[in-house]
Amino acid sequence: MNDFSTWDILRNLLMAARWTVLLSLVSFVGGSLVGLALLFARIGKGRLGPAFAKTYIELFQGTPLLMQLFLAFFGLGLFGIDVPAWLAAGLALILWTAAFLAEIWRGCVESVAKGQWEASSSLGMGYLQQMRWVILPQALRVAVPPTVGFSVQVVKGTALTSIIGFVELSKAGTMVTNATFEPFTVYGFVALIYFCLCWPLSKSSQILERKLNVAHRNH
Amino acid sequence: MNYAFDFGWLADYWPVLLKGIGITVELTLVGGVLGVSLGIACAWARALGPVWIKPVVAAYVEMIRNTPFLIQLFFVFFGLPALGLRMGELQAANLAMVINLGAYGCEIIRAGIQATPRGQFEAGASLGMSRIQTFWYVVLIPALQRIWPALSSQIVIVMLGSAAVSQIAAEDLTFAANFIQSRTFRAFETYFAATLIYLALAVLLRQLLRGLGWTIFPKRAAR
Repeated sequence: MNDFSTWDILRNLLMAARWTVLLSLVSFVGGSLVGLALLFARIGKGRLGPAFAKTYIELFQGTPLLMQLFLAFFGLGLFGIDVPAWLAAGLALILWTAAFLAEIWRGCVESVAKGQWEASSSLGMGYLQQMRWVILPQALRVAVPPTVGFSVQVVKGTALTSIIGFVELSKAGTMVTNATFEPFTVYGFVALIYFCLCWPLSKSSQILERKLNVAHRNH
Repeated sequence: MNYAFDFGWLADYWPVLLKGIGITVELTLVGGVLGVSLGIACAWARALGPVWIKPVVAAYVEMIRNTPFLIQLFFVFFGLPALGLRMGELQAANLAMVINLGAYGCEIIRAGIQATPRGQFEAGASLGMSRIQTFWYVVLIPALQRIWPALSSQIVIVMLGSAAVSQIAAEDLTFAANFIQSRTFRAFETYFAATLIYLALAVLLRQLLRGLGWTIFPKRAAR
């Protein structure tokens, strides 16, 4: 057995935490892009788009992220690709994040008063113009706090990728525990690092909510 | 893609799946009831409890809400025995789920309580109700009704999150799926079936909670 000092444990965990941060960023950015496409499909006119987006969102919100990770991992393998864990992890997290963000943003778009649509259309604006100049700027104001709040869920979601073998903070925690036999200390540190990543996000979400004063605004 | 899907294993392994479903349902039931109870207790403590308890509850809520469930689970199962608290995997899974839902439930219920105007409290007191009575009838029940949809979603999220308890060898649905795929090497099909079952469970649970809401809050349902 190796001798690990507390500092060795912490350093190993911090090195692994970089992967947690990177995966979170990739998932959040990728998820935002896919989520935006989903949002437009969901609130768009026509029948196929909304139906597809609705089913997509229902599927991803109604099943465990862990199962989605497994399916991405083994599903990609069906195509004869040797699937690295990071690819399955990134893909599943992006698709999962997209579903939640699309649903959050839909609520924000719908929170814009109906009169705004009518007023802008009475000014002769087309759909895209309405979106660009009237609806989205107002929806964005409402959307910022819950979006920042959801980023916490993304960071926490990356912990599950350890199960399909992606070495990030949680996996490192398990590995270090297996080497040191000090689960209390190690998982305590792991939790602390996650907390340090997530708490600023939670807090800024709260502050933004107060600042943008969304809760108390009446239509 | 040259792959022939094969669900033939279902014929042999459905009892394993069924047992896994049973454990997942049981975990959700216990976790849901106790978790919501803990949430109510914490919400009471934060809204009306003694001064010293408020920061304690706040710290607990922040700690849980900002760390992954998986790590909470590992901490309970692997970490707590270091303090002499040894427990089986199902107990650990249950404890972690209760602690998790308790924190989220506290925040959700507190939001409902805060939406109750202060005057109602005084109105309750002026009707000769005790503090406990006022809290129960005037504050808590309407608050619960207000936030019932949010609380229901959170319970569903906890149910889906319980997939992680397979990692401490609690024999839930995911554990069953892991077991089956290790025997049949039909990983994709197995997880696909498990995912569908989770989806069905989530839909069912949502409907059940909606029905429960109608039963608990019958008079006010006609809003």
